[in-house]
This record gives sequence, C-alpha cells and structure tokens, in this order.
Amino acid sequence: MYPNDFRYTKDHEWVKADGSVGTIGITDYAQAELGDVVFVELPKVGTQLKAGQSFGTVESVKAVSEIFSPATGEVTETNAALADAPEKINKDPHGAGWIVKVRLADPKELSGLMDAAAYQAYIAEKSKEHSA
Amino acid sequence: MRYLPKSPSERQEMLDAIGARSVEDLFQSIPHQFRLRDPLPLPGPLSEAEIIQYFQARAAENARGYASCLGAGVYQHLRSVVADALVQRGEFLTSYTPYQAEFAQGTLTAIFEFQTLMSQLTGQEVANASMYDGSTALTEAVLMAERLTGRHRVLVARSVHPEYRQVLATYAKNLGIQVEEIGFTESGQLDRSALKAERLADAAAIVVQSPNFFGVLEELPALADAAHAGGSLLITTIAEGVSLGIVRPPAAADIVAMDGQAFGIAPSYGGPYVGVIATHEKFVRQMPGRLAGQTTDAAGRRGFVLTLATREQHIRREKATSNICTNEALYALAATIHLCLLGKEGLRELALQNLAKARFAQTELEKIPGVRRVFSGPTFNEFTLEFPRSVKLINAALLREKIVGPLALGTQYPELTKRGLVCVTETAPRTEIERFAAAVRRILETPL
Amino acid sequence: MTTGPASRHISRDEGLIFEKSAPGKRGMELPPLDVPPVDPAATLGSAFVRDSIEGFPEVSEIEVIRHFTRLSSWNYAIDLGMYPLGSCTMKYNPRVNEFVARFEGLASEHPQQPSEISQGCLRILYDLQQCLLAITGMDAATLQPAAGAQGELTGLLLIRACLERQGNARKKVLIPDSAHGTNPASVVIAGYEVQNIKSNERGQIDTDRLREFVTDDVAALMVTNPSTLGVFEERIAEIAQILHERGAFLYMDGANMNALAGVTRPGDFGVDVMHLNLHKTFSTPHGGGGPGAGPVLVKQNLEPFLPLPVVIRKENGQYALDHNRPQSIGRVRAYCGNFGVLLRALAYTLAYGPGIRQATEDAVLNANYIRKHLEGFFDLPYSLPSMHEVVFSDARQRSQGVHTMDIAKRLIDYGFHPYTTAFPLIVPGAMMIEPTESESKEECDLFIGAMRSIAAEVESNPELVKTAPQSTRVGRLDEVAAARKPVLRWRPSS
Repeated sequence: MYPNDFRYTKDHEWVKADGSVGTIGITDYAQAELGDVVFVELPKVGTQLKAGQSFGTVESVKAVSEIFSPATGEVTETNAALADAPEKINKDPHGAGWIVKVRLADPKELSGLMDAAAYQAYIAEKSKEHSA
Repeated sequence: MRYLPKSPSERQEMLDAIGARSVEDLFQSIPHQFRLRDPLPLPGPLSEAEIIQYFQARAAENARGYASCLGAGVYQHLRSVVADALVQRGEFLTSYTPYQAEFAQGTLTAIFEFQTLMSQLTGQEVANASMYDGSTALTEAVLMAERLTGRHRVLVARSVHPEYRQVLATYAKNLGIQVEEIGFTESGQLDRSALKAERLADAAAIVVQSPNFFGVLEELPALADAAHAGGSLLITTIAEGVSLGIVRPPAAADIVAMDGQAFGIAPSYGGPYVGVIATHEKFVRQMPGRLAGQTTDAAGRRGFVLTLATREQHIRREKATSNICTNEALYALAATIHLCLLGKEGLRELALQNLAKARFAQTELEKIPGVRRVFSGPTFNEFTLEFPRSVKLINAALLREKIVGPLALGTQYPELTKRGLVCVTETAPRTEIERFAAAVRRILETPL
Repeated sequence: MTTGPASRHISRDEGLIFEKSAPGKRGMELPPLDVPPVDPAATLGSAFVRDSIEGFPEVSEIEVIRHFTRLSSWNYAIDLGMYPLGSCTMKYNPRVNEFVARFEGLASEHPQQPSEISQGCLRILYDLQQCLLAITGMDAATLQPAAGAQGELTGLLLIRACLERQGNARKKVLIPDSAHGTNPASVVIAGYEVQNIKSNERGQIDTDRLREFVTDDVAALMVTNPSTLGVFEERIAEIAQILHERGAFLYMDGANMNALAGVTRPGDFGVDVMHLNLHKTFSTPHGGGGPGAGPVLVKQNLEPFLPLPVVIRKENGQYALDHNRPQSIGRVRAYCGNFGVLLRALAYTLAYGPGIRQATEDAVLNANYIRKHLEGFFDLPYSLPSMHEVVFSDARQRSQGVHTMDIAKRLIDYGFHPYTTAFPLIVPGAMMIEPTESESKEECDLFIGAMRSIAAEVESNPELVKTAPQSTRVGRLDEVAAARKPVLRWRPSS
C-alpha cells in the first residue's frame, strides 16, 4: 500500500525523489480521512517551498486541509488534471493523484522523514487513538 | 401567555420527571448574586390588539400621505400583493437556513432561481444567495478584489453613495486597505483623466456606481478597459435595480455588488434590503455568501444544495472569505417572486415608465426660472438640479405642503450646495409631478 | 413499522420558473403611462440601452402562485413543528409582528426623510433600545448591525477604537475552541489575530490557565454564555476580572440569550460588550436564511465609539439621529439598520413585558426534560447542568457505523427537523438540541419518542438509519458533485 521508495510526513504528505526532482502528494490515509476531494488549491510554478510550510489546500465538501511541503525546493510542475478530476487524489493518491513536482534544494533533507514502515506504524497508532 | 404552549400542571409534570422541585433548581449554575429577584422593568405585556394600537400610533407619527421625490439609494416602486402573500407562507417565513437539503428544497430551488435572475440581469456568470445590502456587498466586493489581486489599494468614485463609502471606510481601515477617491466631471461621471497608469499600477480595483448617486450612468466598458490595462478589477455597485430593465447591464465589470431593494422591497426606513454579489465563474471560490448548486440524488432526481461551503465561516473559520452567516434570504425570495411577476416585458415596461416619468418631471422643473440640470451625462429615474436658493429652505416650505423635497447634496458634497437630487418613479402620478413643480415654482417666487 | 408524527404525503413535482416560461405571458400589469413615452436610445444613447434579457421568465400570475406554493410545500418550518437546532433558538414567529411591520406609515418610510416626519420610526428604535438595555443590563446600544456576525465585528471594532484611544490597539483576541465559526472570522476582519484556547475537561473556559493567556497583546476574550454546550460559565465573573486587570475586554456572543433573558443580565456579570441575535432570542423569522439583526450593547466606556448615527431622545421629547459623534467607528451599514426586523423584535418584547422570564424558564425546562429522557439512550459527553440546550454525542451508535448525521437524517422520517450536527467542534459526533419555549410537552414527548425509536433502530436495523431519509421527495443529495462541478444558475439550453 505505501510505496517503499516514498518518504512520509506526520501530516500525511508523501514525497518521492528522482534525483533532484521530488514529486509530492497526500497519502491514502489522508484522502480517506478527508473524504471525496472536490477541489485542490495549487501553488504557482516557480513558488519557493520550505519544508513544513503550507503551500496549498485540499478540500472535501465539509473540510479543508492544508498541504505542508515535505521538502525545500522550487515548484516546477503542478498536476493540471486535478482541476477537472480532483477525485484522482481519492482513487490513486500515490500515483495519478500527485499534486506538485519540485526541484529539490537538498535531496538529503528527505532522510529525516519517515519511511514506509515507520509511516505505517504511525498511522496504526493514530487509528487506535481515533476509535478509543 | 399565548406564545407558551404549557399549562401549569404540565410544567409541574415535567419538573417531576426531571426531579426538580421548582424551575429555580434549573438555574443553579448561575451564581446566586447574578440571579434577578425582580421582574425586569419592561413595558407590557400587551395583547395582540394593544400591540396593533402601539404600532398604528407610531405609523401616524411618520410621513403617511406625503408625496416624495427621494431616491438616493432607496426606491419607491409598485409592489404586487402576490409576492407578499407568498412570502408570508409559514413554510417560507418560518423555515431555517437550508443546511438539511432534503427538507428544504423549496428554499433552495428559490435561491437557485434568484441566483439565475441576478446573473441574467447583471450580465455576469454567477451570483450569490444574498448579502446584507448594497453597502456591505460593495465592501465585501472590495475585500474580494484584494484577495484576487493581492493589492491593497482601491480607487473609489466620489459619486458612489456616501453611506456605501462610509461603510467601506469602516472596514478598510482595520485591514490595511487604502481607499482613494476619484472625482467626477461636469458629465457627473468618473473623471477618467485621474486614472493614470501609476495610480492603477497597484490598485486592486476601481469602484463605481451606475446609475451613480447623482443618477448618472457610468461608461463601464471604458472603465473596465482602463482598470484591466493596469491589472486592476472593475467593481460596480447598483442601488436602483430597475434600471437594469432598460440600461445595458454591467457585463464589463469584474464584480457587481448591488442592492435588490428596487425589486419590490418596501423602503421600511432603511431595511431589510437584499445585497447581491455577481461575478465571473473563475472568481467563484473567492466569493463570499451562500451559494445554491444543482445536483442529483441517488435516484437521479434533480435537487439543490448549499455548495462550495468551504469558503464560509462555519468551515473555514478565521480563513473564511467573509464572516457572513445569516443573510437576507426571505427578501431574496420576495425579489425573485416580484421579478417573475414582472417578467421580461414587464421589467422593460417598468423601466421605460421610470425613464418617461423622470424626463417629464425634469422638463417641468427646468421650466422654472433658476432651475437647471447639473450634469450632462445620461440618467435613468434620478437627476440632479441646481436651484437658485438653498435646497434645505425649499424643502422646509415643501414639507408644509406634505411634499418631501429633493435630497440636498451640499452636506455630503460641499461643492454642490443649492443642488438637489430628484427621483421620479412609476409611482408618481402626472398630477403629483405637476403639483410638485408648481409648488417649487411658487416657493421660489416667494421672497425669502 | 410505524413512525411518529409523520406519514407520507403527496407533493407536486415542479420545475424551475424558467422552464414554464413562454413569450407573451405576463404576471403583473402596470397602470398606463400618463406622461409622454420616451425612446430609450434617444434619451440614453444607444450604447446604454440593453438587449432583451435572455432567459428572463415570462409567466402568468397563477403560475407564479402555483410555482412558489408548490416549492413551499417541500420545506419544513417552525409553523409545522419543532426545529431542535442548537444555538439557533427556532421559536414561534408571532404573526402580529408581520401584520404591524406592513403598516402604511411604517413599511413605506424612506430612511433619508427628515426626522420631523419620522418620529414614529425613531421612537420604535428608541423603545427597542431601552428594552434591550433593560434585558442585558448594559448602558448603550447600536441597532445598526444587520446580523449576529456583523454585530460581532462591530463589537470588536468598538474594542479596537477604545484601545487605540489608550495608545495601543493590541494584537490578539482569544476564542474558545467551542466557538461558532463567525467568531474567528469576525476577529480577522477586525484586523486582529485569532488565538484559540482549549476548553477544559468540563467543556468550559479554562479559567485556571486564563491568566497566562491574557497577555498585554490580548484585546479581548470572546465568550458565548451559556456556552455552545448549553452550560453556564460559572466562573464568568472571575474571567471578567482577569481580563479587566490586564485592560482587556470581555465580549459576549449573545446567541444563547434565550437561557438568560429575565433571569440574569450579562451587564451584571462583567460583560463589556455583546451582541444579540434578534432572529434567535427575539422571534424575528428566519425566512430560509435571513434577514436578521445583530444589535450591539455596550458599557458606558465604549459608548463614544458606537457606529453613527445613534438614536437619541432630546430633552423636548423629540427623537433624532445623532451624527455628531467624533469618536465613532463610523458606519457598519447604510441607514440605521434592518428596521423591519427591529420593529418585529419590539413587538415580541412588548407582548411579553416583564413576563419574558417565563419564556426563558420554559426553554430551560424543555431542554432539561428532553435531556432527562434521552440520557439513557445517547452519550452525554459533559454532565454539567444544561440550560436551554443539551449536547449529546453519537459515541454509542458509532460501533454500528451510525453517525450523528445519519441519526439526524432519520429524524426527518419522524417529521422533525434535525438537531445541529457536528457542532460544537469539541464534541466529536455532536448532537446539539435546543427545543425553545415554543414546544409543548406533547411535542417534546413526540421528539423524545422519535429519538428513542431511532436509538432502537440503530441496534436492530442500522441500514435504515444510514440510508435515511426515506420519505422525503429527494433522498440524500450528491454534495460532492455539486462542489466539484458547481452549477449555480439555470441556462436556456439546459
């Protein structure tokens, strides 16, 4: 479920590095919590992102969630398909539902994030808290 | 008390069921020193008949039976009894905001129709379900332009209603929005020569009213071009909605912030009225206020719901597009019914009657020595005249004849002393217009 | 399976008014023109003349009556039954209020007409002010704000003006996490920052920690009292004192005034500024979403900053609008406010007089009666005494996969409007119930019966609850599609 080559944040974003290009999205856990996505507010190409800084929002009918950048870098591409089909985030959050691509300032920054195993343990804890 | 559906024995039964000795027990959580011992010193209680008497007495102390040529943002138009009968139906009057859509399709369908009518009238792509009134709609439109452009200055025509500008000023100063005024020319329209490139460069919007406070129509396409060339938006406000029956709609504007009072809503000493914001579809997520949208249920039946609610305060809280919650829904419904009754041809005919009545009045008044039209720009049903003496003095004499005279412009516009604003709608019979003109003539012939 | 006070009923289908339109139909005729007609192109210039309004309706009077009457038959309303919506105070809207608001001589008055011929209107405003001051125990009032949210903004601007006069407007306003969404939204528009403060384990303001939050940067605390849990803030006097010691203000959101009127006065327990919702406590009709009115009441130290104009009574007994207010924050709305709403609120207050206390007592009695009879069936997250409203949660029903929204939708099948779902935010799965004093014991018993029946259905047949409502003319509507691809108007080709 959670790709091993991704890195994950506590706010449920994922980032996949391909050399100095990072692709960013939200995780399956996040999309399930949010419900059907109706709108995504994307940053402009060229925006400078800092790790931990909010750069956009994902909206469902009844809630708005900020998206926090897992990494520092410049936005090189945004997923235009989300304008007409925001449901890609629900259907394929780790693939076609990607949100932005960035030119990573420092790919090594990502090693501070959780790997797939750590993230799965993290959300298992969270699920227990919720049903408590 | 007739509004309380309980008998004393039922109250006792309920207290017993709760296990309370008396109703006092239910207020124990209020600290003892704050609990009132005595009844409040309020007038009443009044029976229904006495309430009616009280308000009849108040009505007799106002301007019943007076003729009036006041407009200035609030317009006397014919109202059909049909609209009033329908809005008094309990299912409309006493229903809540339609958050539970399955149980409120009446309200939601009517809102959707209102949004459609406002879009059609203004030539804009979308309209919301209402704001409080024109003055606050205009203010919210400015905030919207700030969000859309990221700029914090607006250029506002002095010919915009003074009270609308005052409301904008109250909001703007706490939000770091700089409001600059632009004057008017002898046509009564915005002074376009003042729209220099440097001034527009960091302006979020140019704000005008059309017909403006002086009754003059602004040249919106030219103003839109000027605004857009500088990267700004054009916001226009409309107080006399009936003008849209004949006047070219403000399709060139980016945001229209109007008041729908002219659509069959009584003047009622200042409110309630109904504000509306209409704009381009691409701006819809920055629009304040509720929106009703079309959708279907699982069986494919068409229905309507409140939508794009993530803009609003109950979800977005401090990041909302506005703090607005309760708006003017019942008055939006009244306006909707009124416009459906008038219909396409009726609204046009109504507008033409207004145009004709105002022209007739203007002609009659300009025959009076010393009375001249002030502005050269085209007007709808309101126009500005210059008088040979103080308008306030003329009005004091007119009042004795049970006529409410023109609004004296000198208070709000110091350079416009001895100028008055005259509004004539379809409700003024010819004989009344003639009587008014004769009275003014007579008063001016009388030495001071 | 029998439901309570509701059964199926025929209602006609009806399209949109635009779909019934055909050229040549008219719903309203005008008296003939008695002055010479004009050619619009000649008078205005052809550039200013519009084309015909495409798609604008053309229908007859009878079609308008049928259309909107059919639409009305699809609505629920207070006239039909209880709306147990928390903090909305959906009480009876007295009909005499509608009657008097329409009088020639009241409905017809122009806001710019001279005050000599507006004495009746001005007296209505003044008399209402006096009543509201007596009820709240405050010193001065403005009737200008058009709704509660605008009242909140006005109150915050008054605080700002007073602090600015003292040399420092300060930066932040404290807001409890149980607050209504308009509170933080209004704070931002007033130019302040929101600082959310967590309620304590009793769902109340954490007074023990309040002192550390009220720094010199804090302009005010906005409190709703009773809170959105329906519970009176018992330490309110202490809260006021902590704020006052630091030169900060206590703002009270008066949405829940229906628990207090005639029993206690906010002015007595330390409130500096507050708003009232006339469309809640004071019976003015909701009309599907408005109009409302949000008068603001203040203590004397804030009086100089009130919006202008202020309604005054001169020594000679004449009423007037006072514009000579050099320290005023300015206007918040054109003219003096939603006069038609203000007039209705006065009619309501006059009907009760000093007996207003009885309405408050009945409201609190009803809420406690309902609480007592539902306590065994739904989880009660906070056990403090309820005033005029009670908040349950769906905790017991969650294990069956049933949530507050489902229970709310199933209530519709029993003929009741849902309670407030999912608010306040501090109660997950909240069910917020406020019956108001307008409900008879019979109606309360029917509501209790419906809720108990639903609780039983959750155990025996949860699917029934999860797919509710079953009996309305449309089922649950697709809100996702409505938000993804908004269709916000009718168009001719559709």
